[in-house]
Amino acid sequence: MNAHQQAQTSVRAPFGQRVRDWWNGLNRFQQWGVLIPLVVLIYALPILNPPLLTTEPGTDFQIALFNAARFALIAIGLNVVVGQAGLLDLGYVGFFAVGAYVAAILTSPDSALRWDYPWIAIIPVAVVVTMATGVLLGAPTLRLRGDYLAIVTLGFGEIVRLLADNVTPLRGQRGFQDVGRPEGLNADGTAIFNSSDGTPWYWLVVTVIIIILIFVGNLERSRVGRAWVAIREDEDAAEIMGVPTFKFKIWAFTMGAAIGGLSGAIYAGQIGFVNNQKFDVVTSVLFLAAVVLGGSGNKVGVILGAFVISYVPDRFQAIAEYKYLIFGLALIVLMIFRPQGLLGSRQRLLAKGRQAYRKLLGRPEQIAKESAMIDSAKGVQG
Amino acid sequence: MLAQAEDSWIDFNVGLFLDQFWSNTVDGLAYGSIYALIALGYTLVYGVLRLINFAHSEIFITGAFGAYFAMEALGLKPGPTARLGILEIIGFLLLMMAVAMIISGVSAVVLERVAYRPLRKRNAPTLVFLITAVGASFVIQQLFFVSRGANPEPALRLIRPTEVFTVFGARVTNIQLLVFVAALLLLVVADQFINRSRLGRGVRAVAQDPVTATLMGVNRERVIMLTFLIGGVLAGAAAVFYLLQIPQGVVYNGGFLLGIKAFTAAVLGGIGNLRGALLGGLLLGVVENYGQSLLGGEWRDIVAFVLLIVILMFRPTGILGESLGKARV
Repeated sequence: MNAHQQAQTSVRAPFGQRVRDWWNGLNRFQQWGVLIPLVVLIYALPILNPPLLTTEPGTDFQIALFNAARFALIAIGLNVVVGQAGLLDLGYVGFFAVGAYVAAILTSPDSALRWDYPWIAIIPVAVVVTMATGVLLGAPTLRLRGDYLAIVTLGFGEIVRLLADNVTPLRGQRGFQDVGRPEGLNADGTAIFNSSDGTPWYWLVVTVIIIILIFVGNLERSRVGRAWVAIREDEDAAEIMGVPTFKFKIWAFTMGAAIGGLSGAIYAGQIGFVNNQKFDVVTSVLFLAAVVLGGSGNKVGVILGAFVISYVPDRFQAIAEYKYLIFGLALIVLMIFRPQGLLGSRQRLLAKGRQAYRKLLGRPEQIAKESAMIDSAKGVQG
Repeated sequence: MLAQAEDSWIDFNVGLFLDQFWSNTVDGLAYGSIYALIALGYTLVYGVLRLINFAHSEIFITGAFGAYFAMEALGLKPGPTARLGILEIIGFLLLMMAVAMIISGVSAVVLERVAYRPLRKRNAPTLVFLITAVGASFVIQQLFFVSRGANPEPALRLIRPTEVFTVFGARVTNIQLLVFVAALLLLVVADQFINRSRLGRGVRAVAQDPVTATLMGVNRERVIMLTFLIGGVLAGAAAVFYLLQIPQGVVYNGGFLLGIKAFTAAVLGGIGNLRGALLGGLLLGVVENYGQSLLGGEWRDIVAFVLLIVILMFRPTGILGESLGKARV
């Protein structure tokens, strides 16, 4: 930490920190008072179609919102793996693909294995199969060092894609038509969930995101979450302190896979068609960019990051062609100048510990903490 | 679940495998020497910095584009092989090599300067390095995508493949022979340079123990730059050999797959180990070809990926072990 940074931090806490302090300073009712209108506003977005926010005429605004929400869901899942447990997964699109394919195989009339169960019953199956894939990949590879893991997951993502290309029952590029959707008809007899109207899909994904956020938030605050943070910060130390690191890494991988599979299955339903395209490494890196951009380890941050990654190219069509280039550059620039992303990781647990320390001794602790994503200068602010 | 739906999507064609055994071996060695050259770049950087330089595959494709534009500038036209005298071909080849090696070498050094050095200054954790490397790879790839489009450049053929001699009935073409011998030569030179020269000793010292090496007067930053330079130069040479064997392969994402496979080769031989990179490259080239004739062409890439996962599971230190700085834990 250099003197300049020190001086700056003592004068004024960074914006994210102030927002966080403000939020933590509110009591439960006040927090609800802010949260509920916000959620209502988020739900109302596709109907309001605000003039400045709208992506039309280029892209249908409801569909753009659905895609942004879908990206957010994926980013939350990937965040569990990369942000919470510190495992760099470059093949996350593989899980997404597995979820989409399972949903397609079980619901599409093109498939020999079609089940006549309602959509809501198929989704858990897709999630469970994806989780099993996560265990299957994680069990042999999670004993590896972090950098090897990155390349193995990259290989895994490619294997999934190549299997979709080559295994005849998966139908390669022809793919599966008419993938199942949630049931239900409008008053006029048309399906509520169809491929042209993004609104119900958006609401569905937002609801799923809220549920997943509660679920993941609880996981984070539990023993599992503490183990993840410990592994992310220092795997060897965690192991020595008695954290069964391998087990919890598998946990992280499986949870991440489950969320990836879920979003894949929903995506397959909305598009109504699954084939071997769109599951390439580039997509994986885009997912990673969403997580890193928003702030790896911070759930609100990754949602923001996903929104930027998905919404900005839709809103500003002129840059759509260059979006991969821009987000790739963003990755490098962020890693050099702001490795914690737009909104840094909250590190609630560490922060709690520091608060206790401060209360006890009347001064902040002196040891500089190094985090997996945050350099020591930012770490000590707690 | 899927297998019962249709059980003929994968079959083992042992007859074809035996028939083509020798020609597969020859092709595999020729193609594998390209892997070996690229693998050396991964191995060197990994040995010195403990970093998987994801962007190395893009350094390679940058060299390929450089060599391609050099060919274009020399007046080669897409279509049938140009009719050139032997001296002309040699001259063209040397020029292409020089262009590709300079471009790749320089871009590797620039990459190190722009992307990795600032991180080293900040003492960034591994995860940050890895994400930067992925980002850099992405950016270089997309630069080519934006400027040259998604379609491969039209093939320019410098040398017509002709049979030189046969091994157990498998024909060896002049291109294959040239690539194999030249790659081997370059690898020997690189190996000798690292093991014998003063600069090479510095590289090994930093790989073994950066702090002590610095205390002993080795300039770490210079060593790191040198490492990237050597890796880049060899990738440039690999790019020319690649262009000779696969003239239609100059495309923005052409380096990606080759990069992963070269990394597989490096791990297979033992990452951080120069001779391991050679062994791993040749072995991977050959095994991949065997897999191709045994299972069918569409399984070729899967063979390589599965091999990577299997090695990492059972012998993560590779065949020859990790040893750029010898005693490492």
